[in-house]
Amino acid sequence: MAEKKLGRPVAFRGGGFAPVPRRWAGFAVFVSLILVAEWGTRAGWISALTLPRPSDVLDTFRELYASGMLFKHLGPSLSRLVVGAAIGVSLGISIGVLIGLFSYIRSGLVPLVAAIFPIPKIALLPLFVIWFGIGEGSKYALIAFGTFTPTVVATYGAVDNVDRTLIRMGQSFGLSWWSIVRKIVLPGAMPGILSGLRISLAIAIILLVAAEMLGAEYGIGAYILEAGSLYDLERLFAGVVILSVLGVVVSFGIGLIERYLLDWRL
Amino acid sequence: MDIRIDGISHCYGGVEVLRDISLDVSNGQIVCVVGPSGCGKSTLLRLIGGLEKPGSGQVLQMGDPPVGSLNPLTYIFQDFALLPWRTVAGNVSLVLEDHGIGAAAAQKIIDDVLMRTNLSDFSEALPKQLSGGMKQRVAIARALAVNPALLLMDEPLSALDSQTRELLMDDLIALWTRQPFTAIYVTHNLGEAVRLGHRVVVLSRRPGCVREIVDIDKPLSERAFGDADLEAPQKHLWQLMREEARAADAELVNG
Ligand SMILES: Nc1ncnc2c1ncn2[C@@H]1O[C@H](COP(=O)(O)OP(=O)(O)OP(=O)(O)O)[C@@H](O)[C@H]1O
Ligand SMILES: [Mg+2]
Repeated sequence: MAEKKLGRPVAFRGGGFAPVPRRWAGFAVFVSLILVAEWGTRAGWISALTLPRPSDVLDTFRELYASGMLFKHLGPSLSRLVVGAAIGVSLGISIGVLIGLFSYIRSGLVPLVAAIFPIPKIALLPLFVIWFGIGEGSKYALIAFGTFTPTVVATYGAVDNVDRTLIRMGQSFGLSWWSIVRKIVLPGAMPGILSGLRISLAIAIILLVAAEMLGAEYGIGAYILEAGSLYDLERLFAGVVILSVLGVVVSFGIGLIERYLLDWRL
Repeated sequence: MDIRIDGISHCYGGVEVLRDISLDVSNGQIVCVVGPSGCGKSTLLRLIGGLEKPGSGQVLQMGDPPVGSLNPLTYIFQDFALLPWRTVAGNVSLVLEDHGIGAAAAQKIIDDVLMRTNLSDFSEALPKQLSGGMKQRVAIARALAVNPALLLMDEPLSALDSQTRELLMDDLIALWTRQPFTAIYVTHNLGEAVRLGHRVVVLSRRPGCVREIVDIDKPLSERAFGDADLEAPQKHLWQLMREEARAADAELVNG
């Protein structure tokens, strides 16, 4: 019994380093930031010129909705986003897979991709206007080009990371080249491709505003730019909030796809 | 179908790994290959199955593979090599899909091999839900599905704990007894070699060459765990291996 008294419980030290989802945490951060802003603007220690009052932004937003202008702006923006991103992402995945599979394509294209990745695509907007016209074409091209490069880089990295023993297995069972690509390489690269997609689509939203800088009558970007040039902070913020919500929705959507496609992961 | 390995030598960038290996494997026989670590056993297996080209020498298929053999030379890998995104049945179906057999026929094969490996109840499970032993049984089922003429097994049981290994060895013996298959079985474990092998090929340290071939005549089905008759060959093999391992060790020390 004396021995038992001498015993000391071993201290637990194995915790942490394993984030688990806490649904309410993200929501709480948003709500408290908004509440602080509301409180500050009402109490006066944030001047109206520094930050618009959240409730005013909400009013502006409600007006926008009631007048039907919200969907007039949202419609063209979404279609630009969808078309542009779809072109960029599908080209990016195809080229990325080819770079991942073929030595010559890899050696030929990787330096090229590295060269065009850091170009701010906005700088090329005039060029796109000349090539594709002032209409929708140049906007699609800008968004497609901007999503293309990060998708390529993410995809070929993901293909490189596919377990080689699985590919060897496919070959040892005499699967055709196309079968190996379709049934082993692509599913194996899917986790990397999807996490690259998060970045590419965020970039697509950024470029949407840039694309609408030129000759767009309607669109979230056009709305924000107009508000900005008039220093109408409430409208500016209403537009920014729409972009943020768009970002959250896209990220949530990819989360859903991941949960559906990648449920085989440990 | 028999397999003749005819004077195979192989180098990796100036390092000679295999030297003049010749070996005949006749139909229905399990040949175990043992040898010190790094002597080129896995390399030999890759050469036999055509996953790599030998530096010199050749591997010959003597006679035609049995009709209905979809993939005559078939591997079972140490790390199972199952597609984690496919179910048990899906992993087996993978190797049938490229052969243009109808869905119904494929399903029949899948049901049959899963039954033979006692996996029928798990056909819809994902690999992450399976234990190591079950994963290797799936890999065995997948290999059986293509009706191989020669099974190439590279330490198929060494990722498993010893109890599971015993169980799977019994499974392999049962499968062989029901329907004899031809196999080349690489292992580190002399116990496995004497349980499963009709002959045991001992390779020397690198560069690997055939040091001795030990035939074990007792029928597979009569061998059991801790079999007294297997002790003598196992001891003999251990003598051979110990010399090689010692010498390999000394070489590393001497640089
Ligand atoms: N692809 C390769 N490129 C270069 N060297 C290799 C390659 N594969 C194997 N080797 C070398 O060839 C030698 C034999 O390797 P191998 O894997 O065939 O040995 P092994 O007998 O299977 O060893 P173990 O018992 O550890 O599995 C080793 O020295 C290894 O380093
Ligand atoms: Mg090996």
